[in-house]
Amino acid sequence: MDLSVTRRKGCLIIIFIFLSLLYGSRGEIPPKPTSGVTIMPPIKPDNPQAYPDSSKANLPVFTMDYPRIQIPFEITLWMLLASFAKIGFHVYHKITIWVPESCLLISIGLIVGGIMHSVHEEPPAVLTSNVFFLYMLPPIVLDSGYFMPTRPFFENVGTVFWFAVVGTLWNSIGIGMSLFAICQIEAFGVQDINLQENLLFATIISAVDPVAVLSVFEDVSVNEQLYIVVFGECLFNDAVTVVLYNMFNFVAEMPVVEPVDVFLGVARFFVVGLGGMGFGILFGFVASFTTRFTSKVREIEPLFIFMYSYLAYLVAELFAISSIMAIVTCALTMKYYVEENVSQRSCTTIRHVVKMLGSISETLIFFFLGVVTITTEHEWNWGYILFTLLFAFVWRGLGVLVLTQIINPFRTIPFNLKDQFGLAYGGLRGAISFALAFTLPDNIGRKQLFVTATIAIILFTVFLQGISIRPLIEFINVRRTNRNLDTINVEIHCRLMEHTIAGIEDLCGQWSHFYWKDKFMKFNNRILRRILIRDNRAESSIVALYKKLELQNAMEILDTVSGDISAAPSIVSLYEEKKSSAKPKKKFLTSDLKNMHDILSKNMYKIRQRTVAFTSKHALPNDRHTKEILIRRHTSVRRSLRPGSFQTTVVPKSHKYFSLPAGKSLDSKFPPARLSYTDDDETMSELAYPSRRSRFGQPARSSSRAMMPLRRLDTLTEAPSVDKLDENTGREKGRAGSGTPRTNSSSSDSRVPAPRRHFHSSVDNDSGSADNVRNGQHEAVEEEPQPPSPAWAAEPRDNAAQNPLLRRPRWNPKM
Amino acid sequence: MGSSSSSMTNIPDAQQLIQETGFSAAHILRLYERFEFLDKDKRGELRQETVDFASFVRILAHFRPTDTSRTRDGAQQEPANSSTGKLKSAFQLYDQDRDGKISRAELLQVLRAMMGIQVTEEQLHSIAERAIQEADLDRDDAISFDEFRQSLEKVNVDHKMSIRFLK
Repeated sequence: MDLSVTRRKGCLIIIFIFLSLLYGSRGEIPPKPTSGVTIMPPIKPDNPQAYPDSSKANLPVFTMDYPRIQIPFEITLWMLLASFAKIGFHVYHKITIWVPESCLLISIGLIVGGIMHSVHEEPPAVLTSNVFFLYMLPPIVLDSGYFMPTRPFFENVGTVFWFAVVGTLWNSIGIGMSLFAICQIEAFGVQDINLQENLLFATIISAVDPVAVLSVFEDVSVNEQLYIVVFGECLFNDAVTVVLYNMFNFVAEMPVVEPVDVFLGVARFFVVGLGGMGFGILFGFVASFTTRFTSKVREIEPLFIFMYSYLAYLVAELFAISSIMAIVTCALTMKYYVEENVSQRSCTTIRHVVKMLGSISETLIFFFLGVVTITTEHEWNWGYILFTLLFAFVWRGLGVLVLTQIINPFRTIPFNLKDQFGLAYGGLRGAISFALAFTLPDNIGRKQLFVTATIAIILFTVFLQGISIRPLIEFINVRRTNRNLDTINVEIHCRLMEHTIAGIEDLCGQWSHFYWKDKFMKFNNRILRRILIRDNRAESSIVALYKKLELQNAMEILDTVSGDISAAPSIVSLYEEKKSSAKPKKKFLTSDLKNMHDILSKNMYKIRQRTVAFTSKHALPNDRHTKEILIRRHTSVRRSLRPGSFQTTVVPKSHKYFSLPAGKSLDSKFPPARLSYTDDDETMSELAYPSRRSRFGQPARSSSRAMMPLRRLDTLTEAPSVDKLDENTGREKGRAGSGTPRTNSSSSDSRVPAPRRHFHSSVDNDSGSADNVRNGQHEAVEEEPQPPSPAWAAEPRDNAAQNPLLRRPRWNPKM
Repeated sequence: MGSSSSSMTNIPDAQQLIQETGFSAAHILRLYERFEFLDKDKRGELRQETVDFASFVRILAHFRPTDTSRTRDGAQQEPANSSTGKLKSAFQLYDQDRDGKISRAELLQVLRAMMGIQVTEEQLHSIAERAIQEADLDRDDAISFDEFRQSLEKVNVDHKMSIRFLK
């Protein structure tokens, strides 16, 4: 079976990697190469490895110099190993549903650690403070910050900060105090731990890191509020934790704590938090401003994003303020403006690389957690550790309960008990605690105990809570969210409601977040966007959503046509489903058809030659050529589409119809090209698409725009036997009921034979109001898919690699 | 704004308003104070559109957060701040001529008001078209209240149309 073969291969690869690692991991990997590794060319005779040490040596044919490459080699191998583990999990996909990935990674790490321990190898010193905090943590935080859903975040920002700050404080102090109380009991033998050290330890273990929980929440689609609060709390409580940690660290070394120190601690917290945010916003704006000028250097655009966020992180570290807040705020600020400035490709690259780096960092961290668990020396103390576990649970639960009670009156959607349970139970500990434990200064007497306790808590929470949270969430039936809110209606109505609420609040003299949001948007549009965005055309979210939906429909249509058409993304707003329900039959002149075919095949075929023969070293593939074709085609289509437009013509500025990821809108202004209908014959012969005609033959419901062309078309004589493709398909759909959202209707088109649809879709590529006339017929009419009429089904569907357009002529004889 | 001189006796139809809208007496008082504040000319009405205090309160009643715990004791009409009430008030924002349907022109008007400066007429028409197509189930080129409600069934209207302080 494939599965078992892959698994066996995976195992073999893993074992191979182990062996090579074992050979290579002799000794620790120091963060910097120490004197033991000489970086010298291998020809030197004192290289111990490959060569007999005779004074006169012949030319070495084959040498090996491992120490030279040791560090990068081992890093790469560890990364590969962790990634193979990830591949391995997904071989049997059921595992990842029930066991979160972090558990699996830790398990693999444990196994590897066991192997290394048994051969007395040392693991690489990945968990030194510098390596972790400077190299492994930033990608994860950048990933979280960049993909944080901003709208729910800002709606819940108060709650998020409330839980992050006050919740962490509550946890730390609560756990610290109770542990100190426990320490007084002689039976456990931990009396030497004083209050400060307890508080320090408590701070370490109150840093939640619900990575596993978040993925479960996403899978289960819990309601947005719960998700964003857990997410936000996880991100921002790091700031608090780090502050408290440093504070208690400092304090732990002091013999006496004075009230002024507490006050200074509070002040420091504000400096750290707000300073971090300030730096983040500053760097975010600088990054946005820089990308305004990068239109000529598209290849390195993604670099700016990464460099600026990393710089924000490092500068914050320089001043010992919260680097995590800095990088998160930087990403939040940057994202909005940068995604409007950079090219589509860069945008995709950025997202992809951010995700990749975050993923690999996280994988490595959990992996090393497992490895280090085995290989460090532990000091186990039953009483202390068990009580730590107990208190961690208890205080988290209590904390969530109390804090929710206090904040619920301020929320429009209060948290119910189930949400609170999800919040409390989702408090897993993870990487931050791990790293902080390892960076405890050595002058703390019981450092080993703390490390052991931390690891115990992490393992316990990740395994137990991580595995059980999914069934529990489903069992108690936490409020779910509905993800499919992407209809234009929803967007319009929601926007209206927001405006209304903002107005009413103004009337009532009460300001809540709608008001501030409104104010900020105004400020944004007036000032910020002008400065930071290159072509500042303020685009309403309604328009953006409209474009996105149209594009989605277009792509869906093309996707189902034939898989090899790479020009699919280049055609926007294909509305083959927008066929009128009751169009009178129109016939075509065969010459018209031929012209249509020629033009289409010419243009379409050119567009398919998108891949360049070679890529020059310094530039990305030049797709200006295809853009020109698109523009040409677009305008020529438009010319025929806009007969007798009632508006003045507006020439489209720039058409960039690349393939867009789902969330992105077209970055060119919605092209409202309307060229006046100059010459009947010319346009008719050039692009007398059937869809146009079908559109023209609409019942009275259509707007007056269509009236003129209708009149003109009536004069055309048409070949009797050509059925209009879209008419029939439209009629099919017309037969169907009404009112499905557009996306459904386009999926129903898959029943229609491919070439026809393609013909249509290639034709209907404008996104202007002319379509709306068609829309009027199509959208309202469609419902469940109907089987294609038998006449069509007979045609062989070969959606092989041929250009479907070139197949078109075969269709004709059927008439 | 806490003038001690206003009391419930000054407010016309106070009791009836409380009954109708479900606001508490304290709320009515507060709203009355606010009304007085806005009504600078002491005309007893706001702006040119002659909203008197009762209408003011009735409109605001729609935005009260929904009482999920309240049981319906067979009231004759839906309370103003239920989900349906809120939807109705949103619907009426569109439906100016009160014919029970949002026609294309009305939709265009609202769209224009919301985004008119940023988008062209073309785009507005396209968007209005699409909106009507998505929602219009009975193909009468207008959105009735039921169609409106159905298109918003996945949206948490209670959340969006509530003002916390009115609770």
